[in-house]
Amino acid sequence: METSMSILIGVLFTIGTYLILTKSLLRIILGTSIISHGVNLLILTMGGLKKGGPPLLGESSTTFTDSLPQALILTAIVINFAVTALFLVLSYRTYKTLGTDDMDQLRGIEDE
Amino acid sequence: MKPNDVILHSVTKVAVVIILTFSIYLFYGGHHNPGGGFIGGLSVASGLVLLYLAFDIETVRNNIPVDFKIVAAVGVLIAVLTGVSSLFIGKPFLNQAFGYFDLPIFGKTELATAVLFDVGVALAVIGTAVTIILSISEDG
Amino acid sequence: MSWLYLMIFIPFIFAIFVPFIYKLFGTRIHTGWFVFFAPLAVFLYLLKYIPMISKGESVHSKLAWMPSLGINFTTNIDGLALIFGLLITGVGALVVLYSIYYMSKEREALHNFYVYMLLFMGAMLGLVLSDNILVLYVFWELTSISSFLLIAYWYQRKGSRNGAQKSMLITIFGGLAMLAGLIMLSMMTDTYSIREILSKVDLITSHSLFIPAMILILLGAFTKSAQFPFSIWLPDAMEAPTPISAYLHSATMVKAGIYLVARFTSVFGGSAEWFWIVSSIGLITLIYGSINAVNQKDLKGLLAYSTISQLGLIMSLLGVGSASIYFGYGDESSVYAFAVLAAMFHLINHSTFKGSLFMVVGIIDHETGTRDIRRLGGLISLMPISFTITVIGSFSMAGLPPFNGFLSKEMFFTSMITVIESPVFGMESIGLLFPIIAWVASIFTFIYCMILVFKTFLGKHRPEKLDKVAHEAPIGMLIPPMILAFLVIVIFFFPNVVSEYFLQPALIAVLPGFAAAGGIDVEISAWHGWNTELFMTIGVIVLGAFMYYYLRKWSRIYSYYPQVLTLNNFYNQLLAGMEKLSSKLTKQYMTGFVRDYLVYIFTFMIALLGCSLWLSKGFSFNATNDAPINLFEGGAIVAMLIAALTVVFSKSRITAIIAVGALGYLVSLFFVIFRAPDLALTQLVVETVTAALFLLCFYHLPELRKEKSKVPFKVVNLLISLGVGVIVTLIALSVNNHRLFESISYFYEDSYTLAGAKNIVNAILVDFRGLDTMLEILVLSIAGLGVYTLIKLQLAGREKK
Repeated sequence: METSMSILIGVLFTIGTYLILTKSLLRIILGTSIISHGVNLLILTMGGLKKGGPPLLGESSTTFTDSLPQALILTAIVINFAVTALFLVLSYRTYKTLGTDDMDQLRGIEDE
Repeated sequence: MKPNDVILHSVTKVAVVIILTFSIYLFYGGHHNPGGGFIGGLSVASGLVLLYLAFDIETVRNNIPVDFKIVAAVGVLIAVLTGVSSLFIGKPFLNQAFGYFDLPIFGKTELATAVLFDVGVALAVIGTAVTIILSISEDG
Repeated sequence: MSWLYLMIFIPFIFAIFVPFIYKLFGTRIHTGWFVFFAPLAVFLYLLKYIPMISKGESVHSKLAWMPSLGINFTTNIDGLALIFGLLITGVGALVVLYSIYYMSKEREALHNFYVYMLLFMGAMLGLVLSDNILVLYVFWELTSISSFLLIAYWYQRKGSRNGAQKSMLITIFGGLAMLAGLIMLSMMTDTYSIREILSKVDLITSHSLFIPAMILILLGAFTKSAQFPFSIWLPDAMEAPTPISAYLHSATMVKAGIYLVARFTSVFGGSAEWFWIVSSIGLITLIYGSINAVNQKDLKGLLAYSTISQLGLIMSLLGVGSASIYFGYGDESSVYAFAVLAAMFHLINHSTFKGSLFMVVGIIDHETGTRDIRRLGGLISLMPISFTITVIGSFSMAGLPPFNGFLSKEMFFTSMITVIESPVFGMESIGLLFPIIAWVASIFTFIYCMILVFKTFLGKHRPEKLDKVAHEAPIGMLIPPMILAFLVIVIFFFPNVVSEYFLQPALIAVLPGFAAAGGIDVEISAWHGWNTELFMTIGVIVLGAFMYYYLRKWSRIYSYYPQVLTLNNFYNQLLAGMEKLSSKLTKQYMTGFVRDYLVYIFTFMIALLGCSLWLSKGFSFNATNDAPINLFEGGAIVAMLIAALTVVFSKSRITAIIAVGALGYLVSLFFVIFRAPDLALTQLVVETVTAALFLLCFYHLPELRKEKSKVPFKVVNLLISLGVGVIVTLIALSVNNHRLFESISYFYEDSYTLAGAKNIVNAILVDFRGLDTMLEILVLSIAGLGVYTLIKLQLAGREKK
């Protein structure tokens, strides 16, 4: 499971990076979103998979999966939501003001 | 022509009640079961977003006259204040306490200051999420 | 416990209060009156050291600053530091007094002026008094910076800005070189204290870094003291207000280089390299400055070149004097040590006559509105006091009796003749050049001194060429130069008092070997028979007067010198070239295209992580400990791969957005599989809200276009993204087989007793790591406000249109 997860995470990173390197603003946002999924899964995988029951003391299990990565990821998910929203609005506004979403055209003018 | 939204409206009315009730359950359940401030707050926000989508912004705003920017600010403030309050009893910042009490109706109940902190978290999440959605949809 | 280090802080403390005082009294009382007390107080305090130091003692005090790094604020005062300290504060007090009349309290930004000036004063005091070389360096650069600020004081003028930039670039370059040299010194001796370095000279002379350290330190000294070929910044620095030119650029700051050379003479002196470099650069500067000064049309320009020339003179004396160490400490060496004494003497004399001359030129500028020699003339009857001061100053500079310049000039000739009489370091062959260059330079010095006096004050007065009606300056402006001119004469008549109290202690500081003997046996006198020096002086006067008389006939040769070959031209070319090169180089990689920057970042990340993984042999793969995988989980993984690939290849944005949404829901599925119910719930709700967000913006965003990029562009992107993916996978696989220590999470499994909560994740969030959560919601709120502002700001802008 860990091996296949590692490969999946690698693929997510590859695709995310590729999208970030393209010229379209929307693709870049989607790319960051995919990379953050990859990161979340990476953190979780690092902690070890299926080592025990869910980290709830009320349940019957006596061993628990690593709870610390989960707390980290919970934070990351919410922050990621905020960042995605900010990105989205930033690109939306850029497009409205400048009329393009092409990164090549958005670069600074020569000899400013 | 005004589009016919009767089904959407009726479903929404029921669904929102369920979502909000469930949200509150998730929020309070967070102490012992899956849930808590983030999840509770986010599901409240999603319920509100559903309202905004089904009815228009003006209608919802007339019925829920709340500025969600202030909600977010109040949330952060509550979280900070609960943190500060532990300073007054000589404990480190953000130290949480809990205890078990016999309440008239509920019987033996656990009360924890962590819940107050979680209220702050939930309010901040609700406020921010709704502010973001509203800002975008009001524009253009 | 001495109060010495406090003296350095007095100017800085004053500098803090100056803006408030300026605001309080503004135009009613000139701010200079308050500032005046700072140098005066330090001057009076330093006077009390004279008796002690004239006995050959030195005083030091220590203030711990960064004791763990061995950097202490140690101050040390000896003969050398005392001369400089008194010059800095004495001339400083006079200059402040002068500036009170020179700088208008109505028109000028006096608070800036005096803050910069006090900054400089404190820095300069710190420079000469500190014993720690790193502290010395800090003050050294501080003088450069305050000089920059003062030159650019009238920043509206282009000339001021250029001059300030030039002086900054050159002196900071030298300062950095000096820093490297000082660090080498401390590496050789394992100490930062100058006194300790001086006691470990043996370690240094035998070290392989001896020559590099020497050259680097000399670079610092030469740039600061405007030695050839770094002298070009000084004439341009004359854009500063005249009090500043008198203070920084003639009496004090430019002498910091002299101080440094004198201070390190006992370290490097005695070697042929030091002797040759210092004395020959000094002589070249001497003749270069004096020849150029004759050709100046601006009075301040003339004085600037004459300052360069005089600094060269002092430098060459120090160079010659360093040979004394080579001879040990006997009669032979005291012949050379005489040169050091002459250098110290001329240092003092130069500050007196050059300071007074600068002040008079400032007066002329102030009262006539011009400094152009061609427009001035016949001011003798209008400004008799200024004329007298100019005569005293100029004749002293030219080396005529009865002024102090005569004495030090004679001593200079004596030292240069010494070089032929008892030659060292292969001087037998070309030693004769030393006195010849000195003599020729003195002729030119004589000529420009005459120009200064006669072209301005004699001849025909032409009021129509002047901007103002010329008249004598107010008495307050005349007092400071009068005091200096008075000193010029007093020193001539009582040179041996100066020698006993200042020169001999300074000599001991420069050449500590003479401490036992209490200095060298020397009687400075105006008349010492018909010797070579006197004949040289007579020759200078005769030939100089002759050449001055026929100046117009031969001065034309200056115009034959090609403009292309001037140092300034070289400097400008170099600057322009470097600017072009750096902008070209920067434009190569700073493309303004975010993708390129990301390529750099990712490439660096791949290289860094890949290399460390490879070098530390960190990669290992072992699937035996893997958790089992079932069909359902395998299906979920495949589904995720498909969803991710859909995002890349989809042609419409709605497909891409839905695919990303699907990816998010699948991630929450994985959270369920991996026993993380809280995460699964959060991810579900967040994904829902995010989808709503995307769909809201969807309406406004453009349709996805097919990437119209060239193939190499795409190939590079693909390679980099593959690299990132592979590296991450490798690291993830390696981590599974490397458990350096046990998980710390078992601590949280006590959450029920510690926090009364059965949900460990929630307990971590709200209790154990509550601070993280608090800051997180803060970030969240800030992001929300950011979104709100981005939208609303735009609406407001649109309404305005």
